[in-house]
Amino acid sequence: MRTVTEERGVIIGLEVHTQLSTASKLFCGCSTDYREDEPNTHVCPVCLGLPGSLPVINRRAVEYALKVAKALNCRVAEECEFARKNYFYPDLPKGFQITMYDRPIGTQGYVDIEGEDGEKRIGITRIHLEEDPGRLVHAGEGDRPKYTLVDYNRSGIPLLEIVTDPDLRSPKEARRFLNALRTTLEYLGVFEGDREGALRVDANISIEGQNRVEIKNISSYKGVEKALTFEITRQRGMMRRGLGIERETRHFMEARGITTSSRSKEVEHDYRYFPEPDLRPLRVRSWLDRIQLPEMPAARRERFMVQYGVSLTHARTLTGELRLAEFYEKVAHVDALLAATWVADTLLGELNYRDQSITALPPERFEALLRMLKSGAITDRGAVEILRRMLDAAARHEPIETPERIMKSLDLGRDNATDLMAMAAEVVSSNASAVSDYRSGKREALNFLVGQMMKRTRGKADPRELRRVLESILTSG
Amino acid sequence: MISRKDVEHIAELADIGLAPEEVEEFTHQFNLILDYFEILDQLPAEGGWTRTDTEDLNVMREDLVVPSLPQHEAIMNASAREDGFIKAPRVM
Ligand SMILES: [Zn+2]
Repeated sequence: MRTVTEERGVIIGLEVHTQLSTASKLFCGCSTDYREDEPNTHVCPVCLGLPGSLPVINRRAVEYALKVAKALNCRVAEECEFARKNYFYPDLPKGFQITMYDRPIGTQGYVDIEGEDGEKRIGITRIHLEEDPGRLVHAGEGDRPKYTLVDYNRSGIPLLEIVTDPDLRSPKEARRFLNALRTTLEYLGVFEGDREGALRVDANISIEGQNRVEIKNISSYKGVEKALTFEITRQRGMMRRGLGIERETRHFMEARGITTSSRSKEVEHDYRYFPEPDLRPLRVRSWLDRIQLPEMPAARRERFMVQYGVSLTHARTLTGELRLAEFYEKVAHVDALLAATWVADTLLGELNYRDQSITALPPERFEALLRMLKSGAITDRGAVEILRRMLDAAARHEPIETPERIMKSLDLGRDNATDLMAMAAEVVSSNASAVSDYRSGKREALNFLVGQMMKRTRGKADPRELRRVLESILTSG
Repeated sequence: MISRKDVEHIAELADIGLAPEEVEEFTHQFNLILDYFEILDQLPAEGGWTRTDTEDLNVMREDLVVPSLPQHEAIMNASAREDGFIKAPRVM
């Protein structure tokens, strides 16, 4: 039986807002690095919308937008232009937002993702630059706050809005698209994914033949799959009860994993867009030729498979995050395959479990650990223990000791490491026929040799490790 | 021609309450302004500034940080404040 979300006929389009990692804001020189700071300390007459102030466009923001346009295979028009979007809300000090309307930076691009049935192309309708509104804190208890507190530190941060065609067919595809987009933005160096609020999503979702529902402001990209799954279940439930789907805007309640109707009877959207009179149009298409794109995720994935011989799955995981790929390349020289397993499976698992970033661990420490594993100085279990100690120290902001020291202090060293090597050498020399079978390409012969060693250790050793010790002897001798 | 209905709609978008006589007054004023622009539309474009001029396109600044206002100055014009925030009416 198919589950609700696997049925056919779901149509999803996304609007993604990403903060570009410029040093200053889009139209003024206020710093964008405001996160730990007091409210209203990164503001000036421009981003406060004081009368008489004038915006001036940040060149780097335009350059970043063009970089993304190029990477997402967009068409860039000869001329693009900012426009005013008028609405009244306390997060907009001017009473309008400077955005782009009918003349955006890029149109008609695409992103290839791994879809439900193989590779799939997701169309990009448009990408454009706009300013981030301020941040509102709703003060008071429960559903009906008494008043609103406004912080304009975020006001004027450059945002890139990326709108997809309605090409996505499931919450899983939406997540994959967002992962691919996020990785692309990271590789381009225009975006810091760790920053709170760096990527926000609105989703349009409908079931074929029904009205479209918009889900606003999903603040974590992980929340998107959850919000969409909930919404599909809700809409199918309505249909089963013979009820129609109302065209409406809903909000995602992250903590409860549900969407709720925005009760406010909003006035029909009427933003009265018009060209921003304080800014001249941009004619920047010619910059595109000068923009050099770095190696993008798909290219790096292919290279990892060719250069390091890692599996597709490992290559995909390792290149799925820029810093992870860079980390891997720093330690791969020890042993490319051993490093792939330990980075993509063990290390990444430990990091995810602790919600830690890869930057927590200096590559030299991990490199030393890999060398100890390769030489047989420690067991797999010992290595995991040492890794955990190192990550714990990082989490407490303490200096991270070398794996050798941790090994000694915990007495994790394996006294029998040399015994194991000696035993393996003995097994190799006394099983000449299995060895020659192995060398002539019969991989199963290795299982026989591992079995011989298991017997001698009376089943106490880790077969994976015995295999590695044996292989190192067989390939060196 | 701007109608009373247009003015009422715009007032609603701007979250401004208008008395009936004010609606009347603004309707009249809006129409005066639009009439004036109709006169401007009749001006010949030659020799004057048009939006297709290219010389001052691409006006941009470098991505450099300049100091912001101190917090007390930033919020001194607000009618209500709390802990460095500007206090606004409930919006949800
Ligand atoms: Zn500013």
